[in-house]
Amino acid sequence: MSMQTKENLARRGNKEANLLFKKWFDNLDQAAKEGKPGAYVFVMGSMAEILHTFDLPIIYPEITSLQTAVRQHSAELLNEAEDHGYSPDICGYVKADYAIQARGGEHPMGKLPTPGLALLTNACNTYMKWGEIWERMFETPLFTLDVPGTRQNGTQTWPGDPQFESEKRYVLGQLEELIETCEDITGKKFNMDKLKQTLEYSNRMSRAWKEIIECNQGNPAVFDALSDGTSYLGVNNVWRGTEEGAIFFERLLEEKQWMVENNIGAVEEEKHRLAFIGVPCYPIFRDFSKLFSDWGGVFVSSTYMWFASGGNNLGFQYDIDNPLESLAEITLIHVRDAMDSMFHPNEIIMDLKDRFNIEGIVFHPIKSCRTSSTGLADNRRELMERTDLPSLFIESDMMDKRVVSVAQMKNRIDAFFEGIEMRKANREAEVKQ
Amino acid sequence: MKYSGGVDVGSTQTKAVIIDENLNIVGRCLTDTGADVMQAAENAFAIAVKDAGINTKDVKYVIGTGYGRYKVTFGDDQVTEISCHGRGAAHMFPGTRTVLDMGGQDTKAIAISDTGEIMDFCMNDKCAAGTGRFLGAASSALDIPLDDLGPTALKATRPVRISTTCTVFAETEILSWLGKGKKIEDILMGVHQSISSRSIGLLRRVGINEEVTFTGGVANNLGMVSVLNENLGLKMNVSSDSHYMGALGAALFGMDRVRVAEVVA
Repeated sequence: MSMQTKENLARRGNKEANLLFKKWFDNLDQAAKEGKPGAYVFVMGSMAEILHTFDLPIIYPEITSLQTAVRQHSAELLNEAEDHGYSPDICGYVKADYAIQARGGEHPMGKLPTPGLALLTNACNTYMKWGEIWERMFETPLFTLDVPGTRQNGTQTWPGDPQFESEKRYVLGQLEELIETCEDITGKKFNMDKLKQTLEYSNRMSRAWKEIIECNQGNPAVFDALSDGTSYLGVNNVWRGTEEGAIFFERLLEEKQWMVENNIGAVEEEKHRLAFIGVPCYPIFRDFSKLFSDWGGVFVSSTYMWFASGGNNLGFQYDIDNPLESLAEITLIHVRDAMDSMFHPNEIIMDLKDRFNIEGIVFHPIKSCRTSSTGLADNRRELMERTDLPSLFIESDMMDKRVVSVAQMKNRIDAFFEGIEMRKANREAEVKQ
Repeated sequence: MKYSGGVDVGSTQTKAVIIDENLNIVGRCLTDTGADVMQAAENAFAIAVKDAGINTKDVKYVIGTGYGRYKVTFGDDQVTEISCHGRGAAHMFPGTRTVLDMGGQDTKAIAISDTGEIMDFCMNDKCAAGTGRFLGAASSALDIPLDDLGPTALKATRPVRISTTCTVFAETEILSWLGKGKKIEDILMGVHQSISSRSIGLLRRVGINEEVTFTGGVANNLGMVSVLNENLGLKMNVSSDSHYMGALGAALFGMDRVRVAEVVA
């Protein structure tokens, strides 16, 4: 393979992710300009597979909001929402979205369709209150999918267990109700064949994504879970259940396997293999990653890749012959797992520690998302009792630059790496003696 | 004799230390940082070298630390003050397992292993409550020199409770206590108690294991030492060089590099 081809393949996924992202925004822009309302959904339990069958434009407001931070527009949007009475202490995603909606859907990446349906789950405390804002602004119909069995680390039940089967029936009943709601809103009849097709695409995405995550077991890691991984996550959500999504992830897997075979790493010189717990700092997204990569630090895994991938990290495969029941079953597992990834990350970290050869953990609670941040200090304390893995606890925000202090952050990150390197040096000196 | 230097450029003051190859402090300097951070670092280093009675060229390695560490442009490397305070405290008091460093705008709690490694650390976030700045606000509101705050507070008989967590609002609260006729020493003890409470909160996060060493400029405040000792229920190590602990740690890291260079050569 020529050098040129090598370089192209090594960064191909990132380029394609950017293009797909732009295409998604372009599609939304076009739908908005044609006056088509959209379905507003969330990453933890989007039910995109069902919504696609009704050809509804699907908007992920968590993603459209975070994009405003990455593109340096969130400060003005947060200020605007706060001028309208929203507290500085509530979810930054909500406030940015509120300001966008108040501006008639004008987003830096294009116009967003008006919320014509909001599909909420109980995975996040804020989803339902967020939906109520659209309800007040646009009389948007809200559909709340209640997924039981969450927040029960170590006591989860699985298919075949009477409790699980009962909960699955409960979710299935709600999915049937969702289909009726979509039929009412769109005036279209539900098409089971179309659902089977979207499930098949999701299966292909999930299969590939799980393998991609595992590719980082090797040394060097073939992608940084924070910088690269977040781009992949975006595609994972907004192209879920589509042919584009399936092709993207299969090509991404090809790229990562090729990088593994050719010993090509995500960072120039990998020195420290880390895991990231929490949500990224989007207002300084690239610079935040650089604070770690400057030390040769690479995030080989992150809880974000689990809870924000809509469950695709698990690799579960829908039973195409039994689509609705299978969708109910896997939705139950996916949403529950997303919650467990946020609230009980330690079990998975302990599993990853040896398999991924992790040397340090970074906990990153964020001010405006208590759902994903409350409990992280306790998680860290518990982890430190179970293992001698060095860990760092830094707080900032996913949207609000006012609470991001780069100098303070750098100081702590530098000290974290100094500690790791000091330990390494001492261990090496002990071995020599 | 070979020497190394450490320059700790803090938010309020800049400290420089020169050590010899026996790891003894032979020169030191303390100066206000001011607006020209680079100049403050250069001045502090030059004075410390002079204090040591040596020439600049005798100092084989210089490490910058503190928030202004990258402004120590004449230095050879930078190390965070977290690592430096840990190193300095462990050198001065080898039994140290926990360090409380209280500076102008930062308070740090650092856990240290029996081999001197930094195991964990925790700092105040985005707020100067519980730091030296809080004492600065009290000094300004009560018009009492910083050095007199501790001794005055120790005369308290009925300390007030300072409830605000904000340094800026603390001035208002102090004035309101004055308005209620409270004695200055009682108000000041309230200020010290408030800082102590926040600092102990930080210490708890990394675990309070003896010996505890108190470093940073505020360690010179006898009132603060007394209140912390009482609230912690132990006696902290406090060196007369507490203020220089970060610079000392930097100089010690510098001497490590000198020795490594000798081995390589």
